[in-house]
Amino acid sequence: MTTTSFFLYVFLGIVVCFSYFHLSNLALDFFSQKNSNNFLKKSVLRPYIFIAPAVIILVIFILYPVVETLRLSFFNKTGFEFVGIKNYIWAAKDPEFKRAILNNLGWLLVVPTLSAFFGLVIAYLADRLWWGTIAKSIIFMPMAISFVGAGVIWKFVYDYRGPGDDQIGFLNAVVVSLGFEPQAWMTIPIWNNLFLMAIMIWIQTGLAMVIFSAALRGIPKEMIEAARIDGASEFKIFTSIIIPYLEKTILVIWTIITILVLKIFDIILAMTNGQWNTEVLANLMYDWMFRGGGDSGRGSLMAIVIMIGVIPIMIWNIRRHKEDEKS
Amino acid sequence: MNKNILTKITIHLLLLLFVVVWVLPTFGLFVSSFRDKDLLATSGWWTTFKTNEVNEIYRTKTFEDQIEENGKFFIKGNLLDKNSRKKIISYGISSKEMNKYKVNEKAILKNKTQIEISENGEYQWKSEVPFKHKRGKRIFITALSPPKFTLENYKEVLFKEGVGQAFLNTLTVAIPSTIIPLIICSFFAYALSWMKFRGRDTLFALIVASLVVPLQMCLIPLLSIYNDVGALFNIGAKSYPGVWMAHTGFGLASTTFLLRNFIKSLPSEMIEAARVDGATHYDIFLRIIIPLSVPAFASVFILQFLWVWNDLLVGLIFLDQVPSEIILTAKLRELLGSRGENWEILTTGAFVSMTVPLFIFFALQRYFIRGLVAGSVKG
Repeated sequence: MTTTSFFLYVFLGIVVCFSYFHLSNLALDFFSQKNSNNFLKKSVLRPYIFIAPAVIILVIFILYPVVETLRLSFFNKTGFEFVGIKNYIWAAKDPEFKRAILNNLGWLLVVPTLSAFFGLVIAYLADRLWWGTIAKSIIFMPMAISFVGAGVIWKFVYDYRGPGDDQIGFLNAVVVSLGFEPQAWMTIPIWNNLFLMAIMIWIQTGLAMVIFSAALRGIPKEMIEAARIDGASEFKIFTSIIIPYLEKTILVIWTIITILVLKIFDIILAMTNGQWNTEVLANLMYDWMFRGGGDSGRGSLMAIVIMIGVIPIMIWNIRRHKEDEKS
Repeated sequence: MNKNILTKITIHLLLLLFVVVWVLPTFGLFVSSFRDKDLLATSGWWTTFKTNEVNEIYRTKTFEDQIEENGKFFIKGNLLDKNSRKKIISYGISSKEMNKYKVNEKAILKNKTQIEISENGEYQWKSEVPFKHKRGKRIFITALSPPKFTLENYKEVLFKEGVGQAFLNTLTVAIPSTIIPLIICSFFAYALSWMKFRGRDTLFALIVASLVVPLQMCLIPLLSIYNDVGALFNIGAKSYPGVWMAHTGFGLASTTFLLRNFIKSLPSEMIEAARVDGATHYDIFLRIIIPLSVPAFASVFILQFLWVWNDLLVGLIFLDQVPSEIILTAKLRELLGSRGENWEILTTGAFVSMTVPLFIFFALQRYFIRGLVAGSVKG
């Protein structure tokens, strides 16, 4: 790809897209002017010009695939032969799959909780200090970085050299300076999952923090002042006033991070590729999409399992928005 | 009162602790990408700013360079590189006694010749008889090396490892994958907010539902569609337009959702007044909605651009992993596998991949946060 063809490509893509809207609307104006009494026809047609590309893309890229994935999960590896729930029975017995489910549950338990907790604490602290904005900016920064980039950053932190050598990984350097043996963190089963989760927490705390920070500003100052005058300690104010007040925000953050964690993929692929008992569903699915020429049945099944985790949140979301629309 | 001050200090320290923990990993990566690759492999990045003691071996010049002064023979030169800024503390002339002589101390060799080395690496070797050796004499030095930074890693990574090309590929993927959904979804969002047509509410509910559909649900059927289309026209199934479409599809729900919430919040009197004046929806959209929606566009643009820039999965599945198509994240992942121990390449590559997001982050943080807080959940 040379620079010229790069610009050509980019330009072409955008021009095609824009000219559709412009030309079709001009055409509509032109034809409706010809038979000008037909003002009604013109307004009836126009919404469909506006929504057509989006709806077509929605159908091809989201709706059809979702239905098709559901179908494929009941078919064999090539997707042509109906096998009933055979894939599901296989999965129930497969140790790798069980491992992935367990790990995903672990991720679901740890990451949203700790991210939300750290995010809340930091937002609360930062709003009270003059350098809070800078601090928030720094904590938020990992949100801009890719998971793979974050993977490299933390792989460097976790780097391991044999005992006796100079450690170049920060974590091992700290461990050695405290007088312990250096560890190859990524290879210690169970614990390595926590070290991988730490990366995600490091990224998502920033998200939780900015959302909490916005919500905290909504808390009436008088309430906190009153509590303070009554002699409540800072800790008491935090647990008895702030946290109950933020209940809904906590739920929102928790769902956002939960959805992200259900799909966690890049970090695992880059760091361990599921070795040493760190397998997760999304990575296992990616693996099965190509393993042995690809198995669309098993791959689809794993997508379905991720989807099942999302459905309660989806229903809750739709309900919430219906309520919003009413008010 | 004392208690208050104590609380205040605790808060400062606690927040400082968080900031340090959060910034150290990235800072380490950043510093390491500018370090010499040999130093990087043997010492932690936190030693960068210290002056290190290094042991090195050099050779003197040979007999050909000798000069004669007053019947005595000299070989003169400088062991160190001109720009090395190292300072020699001690030296030796055999590997067994590397630190035998202090700097400026005369070393007398077995053949009665004398070597003298000064701090900046200059040496003179004096002899009563002409020198005959064809190979230079080995000299072992111990020197203090001040912090040193280099751009070598960047040259290597950008031009030899193909990261520069991957950077351009990522741009080719990211820019249309951001602008196309923005155009399509802004029309869609306008229709959902201000136009009347059948099925509008169902369509919006569908968008809200699609917000959280995991990407994984769509991959397998889409991949087979791509392969079928590729086979039909006898072209490669994976291409840039294909990836733009995929990103448009996956970004559609969140982009529409955010834009719709914004466009819906615009005052309805304005739009109705324009309608009464006989403006078509297309005119209203171009003349009124677009100028008013610039801040919302900025937020959505940043979110989608960062999402596409940082994506790995879509790039792995819908593009070939060849130099002309591989994106930065996929390249980085490949380097993690093939050059896992070459930290100069990994740290630099990772930092190159982070330059654009970090630039956007620091320049447009306000819009970024606004978009996120507006409630983006992306499948």
